[in-house]
Amino acid sequence: MADVITYRDAVAEGIAREMRRDASVVCLGEDIAAAGGVFKTTTGLLEEFGADRVWDTPISEQAIVGAAMGAAMTGMRPVAEIMFSDFLACCWDYLANEIPKVRYMTGGQVTVPLVVRTANGGGLGFGAQHSQATENWALTVPGLKIAAPATPADVTGMLAAAIRSEDPVVFFEHKGLLATKGPPPPPGHVVELGRAAIVREGADVTLVALASTVPLALKAAGVLAGEGIEAEVVDLRCLVPLDAATVLASLGKTSRLVTVEENPYQGGWGATVVSVVADAGFALLDAPVRRVAGECVPLPFADTLEQQVIPTVDKVVTEVRRLAAY
Amino acid sequence: MDATALLDRYERMNVIRRTEKAAHDLFLRGLVKGTTHLAAGQEAIAVGASAALRPDDYVFATYRGHHHALARGATPEECLAELMSRATGLCKAKGGSMHLTKAATGMLGSYAIVGSHLPMAVGAAWSARLRGTEQLAVAFFGDGATNIGAFHESLNLAAVWKLPVLFVCENNLYMEYTPIADVTAVPRPAADRAPAHGIPGEVVDGNDVEAVEEAVGRLARRARAGDGPAVLEAETYRHFGHSRADPAAYRPAEEVERWLKHDPLDLARGRLTELGVDEETVAGADERARDVVERAVEAAKAAPPPDPREALTDVWADGGAAWRT
Ligand SMILES: Cc1ncc(C[n+]2csc(CCOP(=O)(O)OP(=O)(O)O)c2C)c(N)n1
Repeated sequence: MADVITYRDAVAEGIAREMRRDASVVCLGEDIAAAGGVFKTTTGLLEEFGADRVWDTPISEQAIVGAAMGAAMTGMRPVAEIMFSDFLACCWDYLANEIPKVRYMTGGQVTVPLVVRTANGGGLGFGAQHSQATENWALTVPGLKIAAPATPADVTGMLAAAIRSEDPVVFFEHKGLLATKGPPPPPGHVVELGRAAIVREGADVTLVALASTVPLALKAAGVLAGEGIEAEVVDLRCLVPLDAATVLASLGKTSRLVTVEENPYQGGWGATVVSVVADAGFALLDAPVRRVAGECVPLPFADTLEQQVIPTVDKVVTEVRRLAAY
Repeated sequence: MDATALLDRYERMNVIRRTEKAAHDLFLRGLVKGTTHLAAGQEAIAVGASAALRPDDYVFATYRGHHHALARGATPEECLAELMSRATGLCKAKGGSMHLTKAATGMLGSYAIVGSHLPMAVGAAWSARLRGTEQLAVAFFGDGATNIGAFHESLNLAAVWKLPVLFVCENNLYMEYTPIADVTAVPRPAADRAPAHGIPGEVVDGNDVEAVEEAVGRLARRARAGDGPAVLEAETYRHFGHSRADPAAYRPAEEVERWLKHDPLDLARGRLTELGVDEETVAGADERARDVVERAVEAAKAAPPPDPREALTDVWADGGAAWRT
């Protein structure tokens, strides 16, 4: 294996590894087979595993996720692709009402071990209906696990954990990260769901980030270091289960918190992190908490407008400076 | 169908009818909370279809699913205990009337979002095919579900993938309160749409248990042989209103009367007489059904309520509702 791998290739690699280990893993989605996916995240799967395991579907989001659910209830481990996360709205019934409730409503009789993968987030100028960061939609639903990796190795390792999970997982692959590169995942790499990573250590402020905002927070930390402010960056990796312990431990060192999220401020996951901290770690804080988040508007098309709306390095730096001065 | 087989179907329908009657009575006495959607009048579809299926086939039903759960192996006691919020309920009292599931016998659930389960049945049939079994999946749904997008997505996907799935519409003429004919452009809401998706669509008398069993058996053999899905539209009528809250005053008296005369139990009883079964034998079946249901009511009433700690279990396979670490 090469000494770097792209985030995009890490997706196909992660799925392929699980398909090799477990014959019950099958894929379905629009354009995922011969075409290799519109984001080329399923390239090579059809060639290696054949048409019995990699299925092209019609444009039928309800049927894709509903059929994945039925298959998962009856012995398979389907990995369903919803092309853009915006389209999750077309099959929202399955994500909000069906998949996450079955285990509970049946008193534990039926488990739904499936993964819904989807391309999330902005930054590519796709306009309001193809650019949303929608992880906060899923966050409102008890019963779903939510994974959103930031690095190629995490993509593969978290896919392994997600596909092996007995519980349903919504797996957000960030469009803005697809071309990024990183160290390849070692053989057998599994990243347990619900384990955050400290991706930079620091003693002055904790930046909690997810997916696209992880590289952003790291860049901001670099700028701040030049000013003598050492930021610790926590990559949450999963929203559910949420690794509050790692966030609280980091606050034990820094006593200052900034969350950096791409989804809109309104109802965003940063609010949940902040409320957990207010509840379980209030005494750790020496300053108010701050949330850098998307504005509460649909995503505009033009780069200059989009930059106004989504988190940027400058916005993070500005907030941290304010906090450091508190 | 011979007399022994028909007597068996008759007794099964009888158990369902009496269980529903018990649910109704228990509701009036405040022992069943929430709501119920009774299927009295529609028993022949559940019993006829189930009799034509293999034990390992999958069934998906709607909130009006008591009859399917019972036909598919749930006991009256488990079902009534579930409705009465008892720890011994089919789903540990976490499901309720609209969500009866008995996975062990292939009853893969009752779904209260109209039409939502049709894609799941497609997925179960897909899974059967992938695993190389000859299992079939059946989705039972109401006429109202045929105007939901998922119905059309399911028919198309099942057809292009040639999956062993049957779509069985229980056309009882009404959605909640609105006649299906007022909001649908074709007279047979399910059967007429099937050909547009490349699927055969048949109509059957849904109150005739023999006819239902024959049709489901035939379409099931076809699907197992690899010839793909089919739609069966079973014409029927619900005796009660849509749900507990509905006295069904919107239905013309002569329509109600006509359908009550076409009761599936009466039809089966008439056929049994034609086949030479004496009254005493039929009365024996009635009595056994009454006994089973009476004992079920008593057992459910005597069962304890669920342990409050159960409220936080069965979310994750790997433990509780703890989403924070
Ligand atoms: C998606 C959705 N829309 C509306 C409802 C409310 N609702 C519950 S039952 C029902 C009527 C369904 O009629 P039909 O499909 O004919 O089934 P039946 O009750 O006759 O068995 C409606 C509108 C719902 N549960 N789900």
